[in-house]
Amino acid sequence: MSETNFVIEMKGITKEFGTFKANDNINLQLKKGEIHALLGENGAGKSTLMNILSGLLEPTSGKILIDGKEVTINSPGMANKLGIGMVHQHFMLVKKFTVTENIILGSEPNKAGVLDQKTAQQSIKELSEKYGLLVNPASKIESISVGMEQRVEILKTLYRGAEILIFDEPTAVLTPQEINELMQIMKALTNEGKSIILITHKLDEIKEVADRCTVIRRGKSIDTVNVSTTSQQELADMMVGRSVSFKTEKKEAYPKEVVLSVENIVVKEGRGLEAVKSLSLEVRAGEILGIAGIDGNGQSELIQAITGLTKTESGKIKLNGKEIQNNTPRNITENGLGHIPEDRHKYGLILPMSLEENIAIQTYYKKPLSNKGFLNPKEIKEYAKKLIEEFDVRTQSETVPASALSGGNQQKAIIAREIDRNPSLLIAAQPTRGLDVGAIEYIHKRLIEQRDNGKAVLLMSFELDEILNVSDRIAVMYEGNIVAIVEPKETTQQELGLLMAGSSLEKARAAVEKELGKEPTHVE
Amino acid sequence: MNNKSKLDNILVPVFSVILGLLLGALIMLVFGYNPVAGYQAMVQGAFGSSFYIGETLRQATPLIFTALGFSVAYTAGFFNIGVAGQALLGWLFSVWFALSFPEIPGIILLFISLIVGALAGALWAGIAGFLRAYFNTSEVIVTIMLNYTALYTANYLIRNVLSESSDTTARIPEGASLRWAWLSDLTSNSTLHGGIFLALIMAVVVWIFMKKTTAGFEIRAVGLNPFASKYAGMSTKRNIIISMLISGSLAGLGGAMEGMGTFQNIFVQGGIPSIGFDGIAVALLGLGNPVGILFSALLFGALKIGGNSMPLVADVPTEVVDIVIASIIFFVGANYLIRMVVDKRAKLNKGGVK
Ligand SMILES: Nc1ncnc2c1ncn2[C@@H]1O[C@H](COP(=O)(O)OP(=O)(O)OP(=O)(O)O)[C@@H](O)[C@H]1O
Ligand SMILES: [Mg+2]
Repeated sequence: MSETNFVIEMKGITKEFGTFKANDNINLQLKKGEIHALLGENGAGKSTLMNILSGLLEPTSGKILIDGKEVTINSPGMANKLGIGMVHQHFMLVKKFTVTENIILGSEPNKAGVLDQKTAQQSIKELSEKYGLLVNPASKIESISVGMEQRVEILKTLYRGAEILIFDEPTAVLTPQEINELMQIMKALTNEGKSIILITHKLDEIKEVADRCTVIRRGKSIDTVNVSTTSQQELADMMVGRSVSFKTEKKEAYPKEVVLSVENIVVKEGRGLEAVKSLSLEVRAGEILGIAGIDGNGQSELIQAITGLTKTESGKIKLNGKEIQNNTPRNITENGLGHIPEDRHKYGLILPMSLEENIAIQTYYKKPLSNKGFLNPKEIKEYAKKLIEEFDVRTQSETVPASALSGGNQQKAIIAREIDRNPSLLIAAQPTRGLDVGAIEYIHKRLIEQRDNGKAVLLMSFELDEILNVSDRIAVMYEGNIVAIVEPKETTQQELGLLMAGSSLEKARAAVEKELGKEPTHVE
Repeated sequence: MNNKSKLDNILVPVFSVILGLLLGALIMLVFGYNPVAGYQAMVQGAFGSSFYIGETLRQATPLIFTALGFSVAYTAGFFNIGVAGQALLGWLFSVWFALSFPEIPGIILLFISLIVGALAGALWAGIAGFLRAYFNTSEVIVTIMLNYTALYTANYLIRNVLSESSDTTARIPEGASLRWAWLSDLTSNSTLHGGIFLALIMAVVVWIFMKKTTAGFEIRAVGLNPFASKYAGMSTKRNIIISMLISGSLAGLGGAMEGMGTFQNIFVQGGIPSIGFDGIAVALLGLGNPVGILFSALLFGALKIGGNSMPLVADVPTEVVDIVIASIIFFVGANYLIRMVVDKRAKLNKGGVK
């Protein structure tokens, strides 16, 4: 290696989409063995930059150097050869294949043309032991958790000999437990000499694992800083270009009449097992009820049942006093539901359709967006423009396909569409997943604003911070049931963590107090 | 970016046609025929005189309908292989109706016969749509089977009900015919009929329906993402059935063109009518866009009609003509492959360590 110890240098990278500059003269230097965080607002151009590095996009101008030598990366295959592997946010695995089959797919080892599964399994086993990437090589992808899928993706890149790993928002889909494990894995990787670029919106993650951090704002590189000497506040301010507040300002809640009441509902998941077991809850006008829980404890099924996307086996769901269980989604929507869905690509958007059509998708059949069955393109455009402006959705125009928006801006578009309809019940499932701190602050404000306007809000999130910050009451779900309802003022992250793992409220409180060495306070 | 993909939408079909023509030329060369003379004969035979133009347009007419029909279902995410069978039933029932009610005044009889044809096609496609919506059966398999059911049912009815064990039915009443004298006069007695105008109108109607109505919006949405469509309150079941009904009625109209226009009767079919599969190819080449469909239907008409002149004028035997036409259609089918090549075009420059 030359005098520099940079494994990768990106110099003056510019990427234009039409006349729009997604990357504008960006510089990035990656040292060998470091974890380098890439921080920037939604739409700042992070994914674009990394797609250039992994051969999915070609830069309009700029140079890439690997170990000091200039290279052209014009395909993912070429990136592979150069030792660059990317773990995308949306996994690209074949559901029906096993873990092993997925890992070797595309570079199958063979003996005289015959697939050599033995050798493959052996090397996968070695890799997974070396880096603590525990997986069951024989399981089918469809039967493993999201966290596992991600490990398979990581193994896939390692199997192909990656020296430089790019993680694009790897933690957005993980539970806190899985996030911890991933952090360990990343450390293990760098200890073995691999270099990592990590895109994340979570500043505490950057503080925990990253060595240096490059901040990008609106396509331009702002600065590269040492993480240990920079505070989270400084990072956030640098990224947004103004001072951001982390703590959401919130007045006292004044809950009024019950808007949503769920009585003893049972919901089955795909394989026919009961995911929600005789669950009851109420959400009142003017309050935010947070649902905390580890992924897979029935939260998704509960929301799908309330919103009419899945069947309710038994029990009652009332919205504004009207029974809505097993009604059609349209009926429920008309009865006052707004829904920010958990999986925005599957349910929230029709990616190939234009942004304006996506914004109109809940109201296209009503005046003024249409009249007697005919769409009114002018009104649709006006409406879309209004929401884009109001909710600060960053996009080239309202006519680009929804897929051309950055992840965070896609989410903003959905939130705009749902909140603008002024629903009496707003269900927000993981509403800030993948959003930057500025956008999170904004969305939280919007949720609270809905509440202050006398609407009921049901917030489902895996982020304890978010739950604690935004909710007025917190319902903890465990194995298809609500195990406790607590108030944010009188609970802590640890206590919630214990409740989510299935302990009872008394036990959780006792355990937390013992740890803190405090006198037991009274349980309400 | 939008401009680029729009350009590709024109570039790719044109490219596949050119490749097909080149392969056709190569085949003619290999068999020892002069491709230049061959293609000259083809172009002359398709557009060389008002008669040939009339014939080409007449050939394109039913294809426009079947292609439009196929594309509506395709937009909603269904592969309606059954346009052939639906067209055949449209043909059969329009003729049957016209023969059964000769006393109805001409233009009204024509109008009702066309509607009956459309309904027959809609019903046949509706079966597949219904089964798909409520039992999740593959529309591909169901419509393939329904093609055969339609074929044998039609042949049975022609022999035993519509005629006395003859292979053809009587001609439809003069007044109900789409063959208008002025069109024949204009094109030196070609078989061009009024259906071409109806085809053009339907292309516009389908375009408006798909792009400008809420129902068309739903069909597009369901086709692109059924989950998000359900979330947005659209009924997937309803849209499957609606799109199949529209698809089938257009295919049925395509068949009725043969009965009310080209042939004025119906006869026992040796196989599933080619307007079905040709219509699918036309729709795919036209990328499901009504304007694209008009152009590609014209191309298919020209290939068929122009191909007839090749043996006479350029001594290219019919078999070779068929191979040439097939190779063009093959490249149309390979459209997606070509699309990939065009997409990669930009990436073909050298890579690796400099
Ligand atoms: N194919 C494309 N065509 C047009 N514009 C695009 C395209 N891809 C990305 N963009 C635009 O480029 C900008 C940068 O997008 P990018 O996905 O890189 O953002 P990001 O920093 O990864 O944001 P996020 O944190 O939300 O994922 C966005 O404004 C986006 O709309
Ligand atoms: Mg991104």
